[in-house]
Amino acid sequence: MDRDAVMQQGLAETMAVPRLSPAARRRQLREKAIAGFVTAMAFTGIAALVLIIVFVAKEALDLFLDAHAREEASLSKMFLAQPTRPGKPLAFLWQPVSSVPKVSMIPLFIGTLKTTLVSMLVAVPVGVAAALFAAEFAPRRMRELLKPVIELLAGIPSVVLGFFALMVLATFLQDTFGFTYRLNAVVAGLGLALAIVPVIFTVSEDALTAVPRSYREASLALGATPWETAWKVVLPAAAPGILAACVLGFGRAIGETMIVLMASGNAAIVSANLGDSVRSLSATIAAEMGEVVVGSPHYSLLFFIGVELFIFTFILNMLASAWTRRVLKKLTGGAA
Amino acid sequence: MKKFLTSFLAVFLLALPVAAQAGTVTLKGSDTMVILGQRWAEEFMKKNSGTKLQVTGGGSGTGISALINGTTEICMSSRPMKEAETEKLRTRFNTTGTEIAVAKDGVTFYVHEKNPLSSLTLEQLKGIYLGDITNWKDVGGPDAPIVVYSRENSSGTYVFVKDNLLGGDDYTASAQTLPGTAAVVNAVSKEKNGIGYGGAAYAKGVKELKIKVGGAEVDPSAENIKSGKYPLSRDLYFYLRSKPTGEAKAFIDYALSAEGQQVVTKVGYFPVK
Amino acid sequence: MRHATRRTVGGALTSLTGLAALLIVGMLAVILLDVIRGGAGHVTWQFLSEPPSDGMMGGGIFPALYGTAALTLLMTLAVMPVGVLTAVYLHEYAPPDSRLARWVRVAIVNLAGVPSIVFGLFGLGFFIHFVGGSLDRALGYQELHWAQPGLLWASLTLAVLTLPVVIVATEEALRAVPLDHRTASLALGATQSQTLVRVVLPGALPGILTGAVLAVSRGAGEVAPILFTGAAYFLPELPSSLSSQFMHLGYHTYVLATQSPDVEATRPLLYATVLVLLMLTFALNLVAVVIRTRTRRKAANAQ
Repeated sequence: MDRDAVMQQGLAETMAVPRLSPAARRRQLREKAIAGFVTAMAFTGIAALVLIIVFVAKEALDLFLDAHAREEASLSKMFLAQPTRPGKPLAFLWQPVSSVPKVSMIPLFIGTLKTTLVSMLVAVPVGVAAALFAAEFAPRRMRELLKPVIELLAGIPSVVLGFFALMVLATFLQDTFGFTYRLNAVVAGLGLALAIVPVIFTVSEDALTAVPRSYREASLALGATPWETAWKVVLPAAAPGILAACVLGFGRAIGETMIVLMASGNAAIVSANLGDSVRSLSATIAAEMGEVVVGSPHYSLLFFIGVELFIFTFILNMLASAWTRRVLKKLTGGAA
Repeated sequence: MKKFLTSFLAVFLLALPVAAQAGTVTLKGSDTMVILGQRWAEEFMKKNSGTKLQVTGGGSGTGISALINGTTEICMSSRPMKEAETEKLRTRFNTTGTEIAVAKDGVTFYVHEKNPLSSLTLEQLKGIYLGDITNWKDVGGPDAPIVVYSRENSSGTYVFVKDNLLGGDDYTASAQTLPGTAAVVNAVSKEKNGIGYGGAAYAKGVKELKIKVGGAEVDPSAENIKSGKYPLSRDLYFYLRSKPTGEAKAFIDYALSAEGQQVVTKVGYFPVK
Repeated sequence: MRHATRRTVGGALTSLTGLAALLIVGMLAVILLDVIRGGAGHVTWQFLSEPPSDGMMGGGIFPALYGTAALTLLMTLAVMPVGVLTAVYLHEYAPPDSRLARWVRVAIVNLAGVPSIVFGLFGLGFFIHFVGGSLDRALGYQELHWAQPGLLWASLTLAVLTLPVVIVATEEALRAVPLDHRTASLALGATQSQTLVRVVLPGALPGILTGAVLAVSRGAGEVAPILFTGAAYFLPELPSSLSSQFMHLGYHTYVLATQSPDVEATRPLLYATVLVLLMLTFALNLVAVVIRTRTRRKAANAQ
């Protein structure tokens, strides 16, 4: 037969679907079952997150449903200044165990912000600079040594960092700066910085190394020094990723518990002085949870603080993800 | 390697029977009493190897909540239970609980060893802890800010001082809250402008302030506390949901026995009789 | 500016960044040295094998070591199957633009960012009160049995906390297995699950182990989630059932540092406990880093 005729014949006929043997059919079913099972497993990640927010919020719900709790800890009591002793000005106080419970969140917010501010002020410059060094200037051997060493720092449990801040840093800082209070926002902030520097370093370093080599080569070819290349070309290109690193570090610092619990003095003071003790949101939960009676307003209040923490870190995480995605798109989509 | 891991796992899991936890008496609560509880537990378990005792601190409030929540058998408390708490206990378990005084203590105020003062009146102490008096010179000391140390609000000692010294008013917001008496002592020993309070047994490396009553200086000694002359004497309690039975009863009987009360003195508190 | 000036200024600023890196490494060294100096003398075999005595001023930390080991073992048993299978879904089974896969990734990134104390609240609210309470009601207990802090709930709480770690490490490991291996297996007639079990997973085993090791390291060190889900202060008896409380190295450090009955007397024990905890987490992290570096090098060669 000639070729054309065969081809016409093949195109005209419809293909007969081969029938599967029973064994093959069983294999196919088994594969489908396994695939279904694995897919179901993937739901656990989502399920865990949903369960967390549902069950933490559920225990805090009493604040809005139970009359007694609503009276003791209304939203206005939490955020507006309240009367204290007769003759004294209105104040923001946190003293939930009292004949008249004082439940202002303001000292706790301010405390959390102060320690986070101190830690960011230290960790961001140091972390980004070190990442810049590792990505741009360090010889290869040094970089391969530096990254694991900093990962080791990341592996130190926060309770050990808190211990270090409490026993060593506090005394050193009080001797050097003459603080009135030995445990204060600066000590806790520096302890926190030790915890978040590895995070900022690792993510920034990843962002910097993701910048295509062509950017650097072009800059150097145009006569810029290595420093100018790093500072004016690479850093701006990786900026969204570095911002994402800072946001992640910020989120970690806000939620960190043990370091602040051990090293901040835990006094719910409202002041601008960084040398004053502070009481943070997470440390409050950790310190007071043991003593609450299940179902009491204080119990719901602590869970409510947990909800607040969850919401803050959730928003920060979304921001960081969005920025990282933007960086990846810019660098891989734009460059050759 | 895999074989070793699986056999190790099997042995380990078999050693963790999912059985009901029988025969452990839990003590939970007051940080003031936790060393006492631990010492008692150690001595008692030496004599009665069949009984297991478990001691945890966290503050009197933690212990009372655990009693109400049902997660402990014996609650150690350095303050009497409040009406609201007995009410909750009654709602949950249909009982008002059993209170047993097991030792006496005197809440002592500590200052740094180099602090020139040797005593203060109750009014002065109240003023310092309310935040009205903020400089040592206002009470006869050097011109320096007073660094106030206090306990977390789960502490029975915190509540006791609030009720008996501050008359129910709140502590000053600038009081550093520490989770244990020993932490307070440690902080005061390092802070020359510091003042703190705690059970009498903990005072090491700090100066104990006497309390000026009328013209006389009353120090937290054994006689002053037993006779009640020292203004801030208090009883240390065990609370249970119902009258003690079985191993808990044996333990409490031991604590109240002559030998048990000797442990009290050794730890630094005062016998209940 | 003249080129020479620019180079000098550039050089100076470069050195500053080098100093920043040095600062970080330096702080790590300071922490290590301080802990070693304070605790090395006290870490003896007796210390590691005896329970605490004398009101925490003597004896050792064996119950804490045992509790930490039991906790991390149970946690690993719980987290590894779920974590590995989720990563397998994301890397092997999910269609390229699957919405489910995107949501799972978002969930994992957020899970990794949740503060550890919120996990403690979750453990209390979900595991202890809800699951434990339901179990007690179903099994007919009058007094609280499962609905209180214990080893099982603490391990499950930590398992949820370390889930992202395991997933990320496993995905990295799966990526390191060359595509050729998979296609070759499929071409020889194996099904997807057979390829997975006999080719991909064995090849990814080192990376998966890294995930397990990192999870154990977190579990040994995290204290906030177990503060009210199971850790106890003085438990001379080892935990005997899944509903027992337990001692824990990290919790012990926290308690000795802040609530010790006599700060000066327990100082050597505190330092020794911290040293043991630090050495443990360092060893685990080192193992993970070594495996990971080797896997990365293999992946780079495979591309």
